[in-house]
Amino acid sequence: MSNPVYARVRQNPKFHELVKKRSRLALGLSAIVLVSYYAFMMVVAFAPQVLRAPLSDESALSVGFPVGAAIIVVSWLLTGVYSHFANGEFETLNDEITRETLQ
Amino acid sequence: MSRAIGKTAGLGLGLAVALTLALSVPALAAGGDLGAVDKQPVNVSAIAMFLAFVVMTLGITYWAASRTKSTSDFYTAGGGITGFQNGLAIAGDYMSAATLLGLSSLVFAKGYDGFVYTISFFVGWPIILFLLAERLRNLGHFTFADIASYRLDQNKIRTFAAIGSLTVVCFYLIVQMVGAGQLIKLLFGLDYNVAVVVVGVLMVVYVTFGGMIATTWVQIIKAVLLLGGGIALTFLALSRFGFSLEAIAKSAIASHKDGIKIMGPGTLLADPVSAVSLSLGLLFGTAALPHIMMRFFTVPNAKEARKSVFVASGFIGFFFLLVCILGMAAITIVGTDPQFFEGGIVGGKLIGGGNMPVMHLAKALGGDLFLGFLSAVAFATILAVVSGLALAGASAIAHDLYARVIRKGTATEREEMRVSKMASLVLGVLAVVLGIAFEKQNVAFLVGLTFGIAASVNFPVLILSMYWKGLTTRGALAGGLAGLVSAVTMVILSNAVWVVVLNNPAPIFPYEHPALFSMTLAFLVTIVVSKLDSSASAAAERVAFDDQFVRSQTGIGAAAASNH
Repeated sequence: MSNPVYARVRQNPKFHELVKKRSRLALGLSAIVLVSYYAFMMVVAFAPQVLRAPLSDESALSVGFPVGAAIIVVSWLLTGVYSHFANGEFETLNDEITRETLQ
Repeated sequence: MSRAIGKTAGLGLGLAVALTLALSVPALAAGGDLGAVDKQPVNVSAIAMFLAFVVMTLGITYWAASRTKSTSDFYTAGGGITGFQNGLAIAGDYMSAATLLGLSSLVFAKGYDGFVYTISFFVGWPIILFLLAERLRNLGHFTFADIASYRLDQNKIRTFAAIGSLTVVCFYLIVQMVGAGQLIKLLFGLDYNVAVVVVGVLMVVYVTFGGMIATTWVQIIKAVLLLGGGIALTFLALSRFGFSLEAIAKSAIASHKDGIKIMGPGTLLADPVSAVSLSLGLLFGTAALPHIMMRFFTVPNAKEARKSVFVASGFIGFFFLLVCILGMAAITIVGTDPQFFEGGIVGGKLIGGGNMPVMHLAKALGGDLFLGFLSAVAFATILAVVSGLALAGASAIAHDLYARVIRKGTATEREEMRVSKMASLVLGVLAVVLGIAFEKQNVAFLVGLTFGIAASVNFPVLILSMYWKGLTTRGALAGGLAGLVSAVTMVILSNAVWVVVLNNPAPIFPYEHPALFSMTLAFLVTIVVSKLDSSASAAAERVAFDDQFVRSQTGIGAAAASNH
């Protein structure tokens, strides 16, 4: 009762390779973002003095500012990393699977 | 006082946070009211610039109308929006007037704590990309109910998902309308009712004539204007301090009543449970807002969907950093200038209320013309968001309820189009009527409710239908219902309703955002009931997952862009 096209895809080892690689990347990157964000929130809640410390002796800016900005910038860069692989290597693999299935 | 604070939440996301803070932190409450202020004198330059925006967007609507022929054009711009355009439109959706005003005023009032909130607003985007974007695009066609009901019972799940969407759309529309009325009264000096009617009429015109094409372009133009305005204002602010962030910080410490304390986390986020619940609600509530999900159906394929999140999160992150710099600069420039305080008393009540620092900053740095520009952009922002909402609501009514559930797919495209246009008209009238009816009401609870329902009702069924083979119709319905009931109950027992609306002395549920609890419950119930479901239909639904999985991964069989 399964659609024969989808059944054919499932028999293609490339499909399993795609799923494995892409899932690993997606979950890995999600973990980096979530762990760093929630770690940051725990520092905010339980060790605020760490973030309050000045950058240097005569600096008015605290450590917290570059750390916070880094979370935003790094999270964004990770979306770039994901898009790079998903739209490059994985998309090529995906196209191959589609072609092999539909021909 | 809290009544007035409640109304500010009407502005949406950013102010939802401001509100959470305002209600939990008495120090902020003093400055949180936007609704209580008197009507300002009519701001001619702001109105002129807004009219220019309206004329331009109506021109685009006219053009879009000639290209909106099929239901696919209407709901999703025929899938013909590029990843970059869609990224800008998503950014436009997310960088609301409320974000600009709410987040900058948080930094202005609380320093570093405001920055932490800004970060919490941002981190959802990468997660949406990693876990949702491509599957949304590969499985969905016009609405999120398409995905939820993909292999489950068409009638039950589609109806449930459509009603979930409509509930979120209606609550959020009220919130936006009330916010629009208050903001416009304040910035433009127009009457509340006039403002609400103007927003309602323009929204209906954009949506019924221009559909998703017009809505997308309104959003894009607005995003560009807001980014441009933000960059110009930040440039002006930085130039006051010799382009040194260090100088801004030094001066802010000297000007702020809390002094050096503003450079580190304060008391605002001391309770991690509250912070986690808030961030979960924002994260997954945002991901499950129907008008945000709908944006992923406007691009031709998963590749463009990914690109759009990359572009969107880049602009959003950049804008958020600007907003924080603006808030910091405002501490000195606005916070020490008597012209921005009522009665000229520095440190007293800000003219226009606690959400005004960035507007005052615009006036201080760029004069009346710049203030007018920023006001016009704020108005345009609300217009763009309500248009997206109306379109999402219309698609739930016409596509899900009418064409699929009632007519079982026998409706012609013309009939479906007619129903969707009628639906957007009805939603427009409803929004105006409710907007006016709620003028003096406290709508704070609607913000918690909107995000609570989105995160606890729509999100679990969405994510489980895509990721978990074991999900069954029974499980999805039971879990969705559990999420709905618990989210609504917790919001009613929370401060926003129990104390502010019902005048009880203390809230029974101590947190503003129920997501941590109601979402967890919804997931648990869904999983347990699905596991216990041994019906034949459940078995078939589990088997159907394998095909759905292939499509979600490869896009084979996914709705393609229409050609024209």
